[in-house]
Amino acid sequence: MLSILKSYGIMLIAAMGKTIELCLISLCFAMVIGLIFALCNVAKTRWLNVIGTVYVDAVRGVPLIVLAYFIYFGVPAGVQAAGFANFRLSALQAGVIALSMNCGAYMAEIIRAGIESVDKGQMEAARSLGLTYGMGMRHIVLPQAIKTMIPSIINQFIITLKDTSILSIIGFPELTNVGKTIMGNTFKSLETWAIVGVMYLIVIVSLSKASKRLERRLNVGR
Amino acid sequence: MADRKIMVRVDHLKKSFGKLEVIKDMSVEILEGEVVVLLGPSGSGKSTFLRCLNQLETVSGGEILIDGQKITERHVDINKVRENIGMVFQHFNLFQNKNVLQNVMLAPVQLKVMDKQAAEQKAYDLLNRVGLADKADAYPSQLSGGQKQRVAIARALAMNPDIMLFDEPTSALDPEMVGEVLAVMKELAAEGMTMVVVTHEIGFAREVADRILFMDGGYLVEEGTPDEILNHPKEARTIDFLNKVL
Repeated sequence: MLSILKSYGIMLIAAMGKTIELCLISLCFAMVIGLIFALCNVAKTRWLNVIGTVYVDAVRGVPLIVLAYFIYFGVPAGVQAAGFANFRLSALQAGVIALSMNCGAYMAEIIRAGIESVDKGQMEAARSLGLTYGMGMRHIVLPQAIKTMIPSIINQFIITLKDTSILSIIGFPELTNVGKTIMGNTFKSLETWAIVGVMYLIVIVSLSKASKRLERRLNVGR
Repeated sequence: MADRKIMVRVDHLKKSFGKLEVIKDMSVEILEGEVVVLLGPSGSGKSTFLRCLNQLETVSGGEILIDGQKITERHVDINKVRENIGMVFQHFNLFQNKNVLQNVMLAPVQLKVMDKQAAEQKAYDLLNRVGLADKADAYPSQLSGGQKQRVAIARALAMNPDIMLFDEPTSALDPEMVGEVLAVMKELAAEGMTMVVVTHEIGFAREVADRILFMDGGYLVEEGTPDEILNHPKEARTIDFLNKVL
């Protein structure tokens, strides 16, 4: 165990850093994607509802690993066949796209539920004053929805962090992939995977502890 | 009376929710400065009628003119129309994420009818008027029902509306708080505000209303002065209703 830590410690930490980086970037995109499709879903316009539903159902209906293969191998192949011979996606780019799309679909559902948890009278009061739907959303409904959404968003954050391990299959040097490399070099599978597992555990447990604290802080005063 | 302008004209209004016809045929004219109280059993379409007046409900038939402008047409900028029509709700609907002052200031500032400073001054004036200037920094959850409703009235007045709609403003209040809200409404009526009020407060109707409309089953059954409707009702349904509530 110690020998692995000694020779691969820095590599493992760097890989953890890559994992968190991939997760954070994807999460930012996922929030934007989620907000857009959630707004589609709560809109009163039928065709927007259809767009929102199709996106959420399609992405949730495909395993992340398939989505990752499709974007990393499938999409560049298609674009190259269409005449752009130099088109390529790096593992990071493909990883971020796949994770953002996947996480964005779940985020859309979380945000939709958050918006629907706000009393309808809030929007009606805003509209009765002459405010537009967008103003009502921005100033009144969304700020209230965020409070109820925070636990689910942090839960989704944890899931996405773990999902990054799936991207080891497209060769992105995140933690699980580096674990594979170390195992290949040392043949010490028990120790290697125990170390990798504990590293995920530490980050995720500290994350959920921090989220509990944040939740408590937000509940104070209201 | 004859030279006062017509503020609201409702012409053969119909409103259905799916197959349910809530308003079957309503035609009414409301004059500037008039206080009109809508009475009627629950389910008679009073609230729906009120919500049609500012298009919180789209109409299924007929038309509504506010200050001469046909608002039931598609191309009308309904937000502009609503700036002139204040509404007070049964459940207050104060913005939970804003304090009292922000609740009152939000619309004038966002809609750029006043700058921030003017809006704040106006908000304090209105809060003073409803007796709640000392609660400017409080959040809605810290107020009593009566206080919430008075803030809601101030919020609606902040846009300087020509018409105020009240949708059962005292129905969700504890009995001891009804008086404080009615007092504010009486004051408003005395200042000449055009008001349309859905209420079960017969006493308020008797004292403040210029005219009472009695609705039942989606129709306007009878209308007249408080004395005509409350003391000398002609229609059987009106008599029946008044026997139950008086």
